[in-house]
Amino acid sequence: MITMWAILSIKVENKPGILFKVTHLFRSRNFNIDSISVGITENPKFSRMTITTIGDEKQIAQIVKQLDKMIDTIEVRRLDENNTVYRELVMFKIKVSKPEDSMEINKLASAYDAKIHDAKKESIMVEITSTPHQIAAFEELAKKFGILEIARTGITALQRSKH
Amino acid sequence: MIGARALMVALEKEGVKEVFGLPGGANLPMYDELYKSNIRHILVRHEQDAAHMADGFGRVSRKPGVCFATSGPGATNLLTGIATAQADSAPMVAVTGQVPVAMIGKDAFQESDIIGMANPAVKYSYQPRTPEEIPEVVKQGFYIAETGRPGPVLLDIPKDVQQNEGKFTFPDEVRIPGYHPWTDPDIPSIEKAIELLLSAEKPIILAGGGVIISSAFAELQSVAEMLMIPVVTTFKGKGAFPENHPLSLGPIGMHGHAEANKIMTEADCVLAIGTRFSDRSVGTFEEFERNLKIIHMDVDPAEIGKNQTTSVAVVGDVQASLRIMVKMLLKKALKSNDGNPWSKHVKEVKDYWRENLKLHPGEMGAAKILRKLREVLPKESIVTTEVGQHQMWASLFYDVIQPGTFFSSTGLGTMGWGFPAAIGAKTARPDVPVVDIAGDGSFNMTEHSLATSVLEDLPVIVFLINNYSLGMVAQWQRTFYDRRMIGIDLKKCPDYVKLAESYGAQGIRAQSMDELEKAIKSGLNSDVATVIDIPIDPEEDVLPFVAPGTSLKDMILPS
Repeated sequence: MITMWAILSIKVENKPGILFKVTHLFRSRNFNIDSISVGITENPKFSRMTITTIGDEKQIAQIVKQLDKMIDTIEVRRLDENNTVYRELVMFKIKVSKPEDSMEINKLASAYDAKIHDAKKESIMVEITSTPHQIAAFEELAKKFGILEIARTGITALQRSKH
Repeated sequence: MIGARALMVALEKEGVKEVFGLPGGANLPMYDELYKSNIRHILVRHEQDAAHMADGFGRVSRKPGVCFATSGPGATNLLTGIATAQADSAPMVAVTGQVPVAMIGKDAFQESDIIGMANPAVKYSYQPRTPEEIPEVVKQGFYIAETGRPGPVLLDIPKDVQQNEGKFTFPDEVRIPGYHPWTDPDIPSIEKAIELLLSAEKPIILAGGGVIISSAFAELQSVAEMLMIPVVTTFKGKGAFPENHPLSLGPIGMHGHAEANKIMTEADCVLAIGTRFSDRSVGTFEEFERNLKIIHMDVDPAEIGKNQTTSVAVVGDVQASLRIMVKMLLKKALKSNDGNPWSKHVKEVKDYWRENLKLHPGEMGAAKILRKLREVLPKESIVTTEVGQHQMWASLFYDVIQPGTFFSSTGLGTMGWGFPAAIGAKTARPDVPVVDIAGDGSFNMTEHSLATSVLEDLPVIVFLINNYSLGMVAQWQRTFYDRRMIGIDLKKCPDYVKLAESYGAQGIRAQSMDELEKAIKSGLNSDVATVIDIPIDPEEDVLPFVAPGTSLKDMILPS
């Protein structure tokens, strides 16, 4: 069995308790949630959940079917990674040990199109919005300064239009 | 009109004539309106029994059975019954009282988050926050419970929502955007299924509970007879096909018929109808599908490929799919199966095992007493079972002749289900005899329902196969734990004749075939419930036996 990563885009009724039901389904069916993000859609009656999960082909097909079976889900799509824009927003609090760190962190941030917030003597907060791959690369480079804290939103995604 | 009144009106509009329940603080407004309505209330002694009664009612009538309980412990007592209905796809609407909206989350007296607790055990649930929502949630709840793959729906109604006045409109239709219970069967898939079946050398039909739920008995029989291929069932599907039919081999599985398991493992192509390929039916998944082409018909698309890899999937109501298959088969010139080596082999295997399966030598062996029950009971009688050895003996030795007259807790395996479910079945079908094939351990769990049976004039027969122990556990301890027997000895406690009599029911002890026959006949003619206490050898095992985690090929036979 080859394990893979999948992005699921789930349109649900915007009612209380639905996030609970969706996450409960993952737990009770023994599926993994890698990341999850939820928000209201263009129509306030519906919310969109973007869930990334890891499993083999059979498991992912089963997750999609079980989600589809849920009465509160309006539409469940497994997004085609190559034809989808997917991004995550991550905030890093990076340690500043010596004065030149500050400059270097600024350079690194600008190379990744990241924004600087709250630059203090001991730490700098950086906000980056990118693909998981790019964020991982940034994280790797930021490690040498020392990462004090990370907060992430989870991936959100939309498939590109056909034409 | 207040919310509780609206609830009764909505239930009456759904055709509800009886509810099973027990009142308490948080559902008193409902009970006050129940008092004023035309709906009959059947009082239970424990809410779990109310859920099982509603379940039995629902399986027999194919309309949701309704149960009522109060908040907190009343609601949590329903849970096992709700989970049982979910596991066996039985239609049910459970209505619980809840603390007033403003008290929710304050750890109020008898507050429990039943919506949260029941979530994985229900098909859907509602907690209306205003009285005006009640008619719509009832309408939707019934629709969800009884359509597609049926299941339990929970309505949790806060006390103030029951009490407050509202302006009500009762919808005639429902629209639930995310719910599509049925898809039309895909014609090319059925065409492909027929091709596969006709080209197979050793085809077989495996009928599951879905055939019973969708009442596809005639269609199944037509397909089997047109193709002249043998029919096995799952345990849940027992009685989907008449078990006295020449093509019937009976249930497969952990305690399947020897001939059914044998032929199932030899087949090269199976038409599996309305089954979820439970581990108890198929053994190890990998071994089951080896060298087997699987055609899977099911109403639930999520069942396709869940446990087994399928060659052809036909999603849709199985009755609709089978009807199309029958029509297509009528247009084909089917070869006669006379002299076909597979048919000949199947018959030989069946004849061999029907003659040679070694049975318990005692006069009151399980096979003998269950065959006696079959002999005496009219064929339209409805049978439920408890859970344990007696249940598996019923599967092996009680032949269902009229399809759709056998019901058991097959998925969750809930001890104590059979008796209240029999009372629920009797409520739905007062015109036919209803028998609970029971064991002593299971009957203990809900025996207090004798009060309901007697006082509510719902007489059923409890056919109590009594080995004074938790027999199935005892069998596993004998087989897998080197006879280290623990926690299984129930002693001769209680005396079931006296127990029955103390509730005003009839209690009869049957220690010979003669006494047994008389007792069954007496039960059939009785105006009150009859408990027939049938002492048997506590060492009798259920055989054949496919040990858990092994394949049907590794069936243990009586030595």
